[in-house]
Amino acid sequence: MADTTIPRNDTAARPGTAATRRPGRSPAAGSPRSRATAGSGRLAALLVSPTLLVLTIVVLYPTLMALDESLYGPKGLDPTTGFISTTEPFVGLKNYTDIFTQAGARFWNAFWNTTFFTVVTVSLETVIGVAMALIMHKAFRGRGLVRASILVPWAIPTAISGLLWKWIFNADGIANVLLGHQVLWTADGFSAKIAVVIADVWKTAPFIGLLVLAGLQVVPKEVYEAARLDGASARQQFWRITLPLVKPALLVAVLFRCLDALRMFDLPYILIGAQKGSVETLSMLAQNEASNVRFGPASAYAVLLFLYVFLIALAFVRLLGADLVGDVGGTGKSRPRRAGAARRRAQEVTA
Amino acid sequence: MILTAKWRQWLPYLGIAAVVAYCLAPFYWMLVSSLRRTSDIFSTSLLPSPLSFENYRSVFSPAQGFTRALFNSLIVAGVTTALSLLLATFTAYAMARLEFRFKRLVLTLIIATSMFPVVSIVVPLLKLFTDIGWINTYQAMIVPSMSFTLPLAVWNLTTFFRQMPDELEQAAMVDGCTRGQAFRKVIVPLAAPGIFTTAIITFIAAWNEFLIALSMTNKPGMQTATVAISKFSGATTYQTPFGSQMAAGVVVTIPLVVMVLLFQRRIVAGLTAGAAK
Amino acid sequence: MKTSTARAIQCSAALAAAGLLLTACGSSGGSGSTQAAPATAFKGRGPITYVAGKDTTGTVQTIIDRWNKAHPKEKVTFIQLPTDADSQRQQMIQNAETKSDAYTVLATDVVWTSEFAAHQWIEPLPAQQFPLGRMLQPVVQTGTYRGRLYAVPASSNGGLLFYRTDLLKKAGITKPPTTWAQMTADCAEVLKLPEAKNMSCYAGQFQKYEGLTVNFAEAVNSAGGRITDANGKPDVDTPQAKKGLDFLVTSFKDGTIPKEAITYQEEDGRQAFQSGKLVFLNNWPYVYSLAQKSAIKGKFAVAPLPGLNGPGASSLGGSDLALSSFAKNKATALDFMKYFTSEESATYFLKNASLAPPYADLYDNAALDKQYPYLPDLKQSITKAVPRPRVVQYGDVTAAIQNEVYAALTGKKSSARALKDLQADLRKLTAQ
Repeated sequence: MADTTIPRNDTAARPGTAATRRPGRSPAAGSPRSRATAGSGRLAALLVSPTLLVLTIVVLYPTLMALDESLYGPKGLDPTTGFISTTEPFVGLKNYTDIFTQAGARFWNAFWNTTFFTVVTVSLETVIGVAMALIMHKAFRGRGLVRASILVPWAIPTAISGLLWKWIFNADGIANVLLGHQVLWTADGFSAKIAVVIADVWKTAPFIGLLVLAGLQVVPKEVYEAARLDGASARQQFWRITLPLVKPALLVAVLFRCLDALRMFDLPYILIGAQKGSVETLSMLAQNEASNVRFGPASAYAVLLFLYVFLIALAFVRLLGADLVGDVGGTGKSRPRRAGAARRRAQEVTA
Repeated sequence: MILTAKWRQWLPYLGIAAVVAYCLAPFYWMLVSSLRRTSDIFSTSLLPSPLSFENYRSVFSPAQGFTRALFNSLIVAGVTTALSLLLATFTAYAMARLEFRFKRLVLTLIIATSMFPVVSIVVPLLKLFTDIGWINTYQAMIVPSMSFTLPLAVWNLTTFFRQMPDELEQAAMVDGCTRGQAFRKVIVPLAAPGIFTTAIITFIAAWNEFLIALSMTNKPGMQTATVAISKFSGATTYQTPFGSQMAAGVVVTIPLVVMVLLFQRRIVAGLTAGAAK
Repeated sequence: MKTSTARAIQCSAALAAAGLLLTACGSSGGSGSTQAAPATAFKGRGPITYVAGKDTTGTVQTIIDRWNKAHPKEKVTFIQLPTDADSQRQQMIQNAETKSDAYTVLATDVVWTSEFAAHQWIEPLPAQQFPLGRMLQPVVQTGTYRGRLYAVPASSNGGLLFYRTDLLKKAGITKPPTTWAQMTADCAEVLKLPEAKNMSCYAGQFQKYEGLTVNFAEAVNSAGGRITDANGKPDVDTPQAKKGLDFLVTSFKDGTIPKEAITYQEEDGRQAFQSGKLVFLNNWPYVYSLAQKSAIKGKFAVAPLPGLNGPGASSLGGSDLALSSFAKNKATALDFMKYFTSEESATYFLKNASLAPPYADLYDNAALDKQYPYLPDLKQSITKAVPRPRVVQYGDVTAAIQNEVYAALTGKKSSARALKDLQADLRKLTAQ
């Protein structure tokens, strides 16, 4: 009896909770629950501080330097000596205003390219990645083989896979041979965008696949069995049980993929090349400025990109915080307990 | 009806075949290209003929120092993974199990730090490490690599720990375990698939890092595999050493996959064995 | 806004002065010793480093080993950088930005000299201490900035026209073409042959990267035009330059250049030529020995690049040696640079790594000509060669060139419009 009721509760409650949780979350966020746990606060500080310390050294310090740098203009050339001055002039926010005025067209083009790549590649990767995970999860025989092969695209260093795809998309390369039609992939144009999307999706869909698979593996089997006993179809099982249960893992995977895609640089740079309007991303603009020894404007681009990425991340944390962080209490807290109960029973049985 | 049943039976295998083909087809091209002679490198035949190990010989010729570079990569990626997992486990435990103020802020901060383009942090870091004499050391590569592995590890582990039942831990504590023991003996084994996946992903991310490793070292003996590959060259400036680059790609990838396969069984088995006690 | 224009005027005046100095230097036989010697003190002896892209031929290490044997207390360590020129430049700039003494002697690309010198990342060198008079003059120019020597040529390179001797012979043509018109006419004859089915006429490097700048500069120079004038001011919006660019644009339009050549870098062109898809190819000499091992072995030869009304002008490649301003033991470094750029070393590099030497007389050596049959043509190519624009903001200048030329080649802009826009862009960039 218990075996069936608990999971059924689970499945029935989940879509509902997911829907109601979000609007109900904000008022709960600042609830006094946290005050009750001063002791665990000290422990938390102890546990969290090493991570924050490392990140401060390797990221915060250079980031602050870059922020500072972005307020300085490029060094000027002294016309009489022919030398570039050794100090950079302080220009305030000029680097930022220049980006939106002088370099406006190029900036917005890169902005839309970046957004396009992020939306398209991450959506495709999510679909393909989840499909991969489901297939791997179902597979009993040959799972090791599948898992090994799925690692391959992700394990190849980006620089190498960029070269590989460049070779594949060469005018006389294998892609055109197989297509039986010559597409000039690496010329500036829409085909270049497609080439980047294909290469990126191939490389990173396994990342999502692996994380979702791990998420699936911690879902207790009994939940499915119970659902099947209840007569849920395969599709229902997927939408009502599988997806909600792997949602946290999936969201984290998607979030990190978004952050990575927004900073995309190596792949279009190696595969298609610099200065190609159709694939130029914000990171490539920053790199372009830095490579021309204009560290101020380069930092300004980096800061803008950072803000863009930060907004997206913030939106993720805000919208989906409950699933990711679970600092809401009530509905958010009860789920793992139930899943855990099912698992514990399973262990009792096996033991 | 029977047909559909059969279809159903074969469907998973069809799916597996599709996934394997998707992942391995481009890799196959890499493998084939690496097995061609330099003079056949432009060929588009599906099998290398004649088969040649010329590229592998050139990758492992002593002048490239590739074996040493692989070893360096192993150390850098290995230590980065171990340290990241250790620190991230603490942090993720706090995130998943403890209630404290500013949790959301801390999580946001952690993820925010992983967002600054590496291009922009490399020069300040180079200045810093030059001042403290870290150039040509492993730590100069390990510590910056943690800037992107640590956030990834913290977030992943947090979600996995959160899926673990509270009661088990509490039961263990009632049985006389300390909080730490309960965590180690109950939660970690149960979250093993998640931890293991996080380890793989962290390891690969560190293994593939290039810009920092390139900037922080200038001794051949300290370079990592990705840096060594970037230094492959043809006999003359403009000749692209495509064959040996692909061979190096294979050499860098295969051990990783094999290692994961081996460790997968061991680690998972070991952890579950520990849990049964 | 106002200040920047004022600055522009000042600056171009100064550039003009610098240009005059340069021409003076060039006409004095290139000894380069006319300028007031800079007061760099080359002090300190001890271990130093030599920083260059990875060398697989092993010749660099051999040359260094020889030095180390003779100078046990002033040993040179070879720091190898990635093969890709952009990464090399990036590493060198990072080293300079951190004022690190890790790098001593730098192997620089010929187009970096002005930028590195203007930033004072490299030291001015005593020109009279190097045998510049015996070197090819266009090559020496690549190492100067505002009349001062900042980098010593170590090797050179120039473009060559590779052509299919077998097909030309069959079509009844005995001599390689010297003009573009001849080349297209010869090609039309060749394409009539049954064995030339599906072949295209000509290709160079037209992908949007440094190679496009090289090919565009060659086309413009070969038509009697120029990108920048003797004073370093942009002068690309001219009828001559238009004729040069038009050669490329119309060739793309009428199929003389195959349309896929818009994606070609050096290796893609070599692939097409070796697999018998091209009658003529503009490329660097490295193709020679590789093509000799391919299907077209013995069926091709080289000639100087053709031009509008006679032989054309190549762009210059190659590398120079420069001395990092932040290095220690500069006395040792100077000696090492002399040794490394000596005629003996150049001969060694030519024989064992087929690097084109900067020394004129090495091209007239019968024994070497036998080993490298392209040497006489290469000498002709290099002596007539024109360096790419020598400007401080080279990265921006080459990017502007690539943008406009690529737009013209892909038909997005007319050649007249592209050159007009390029002129405006370059004016802005050199006026800084």
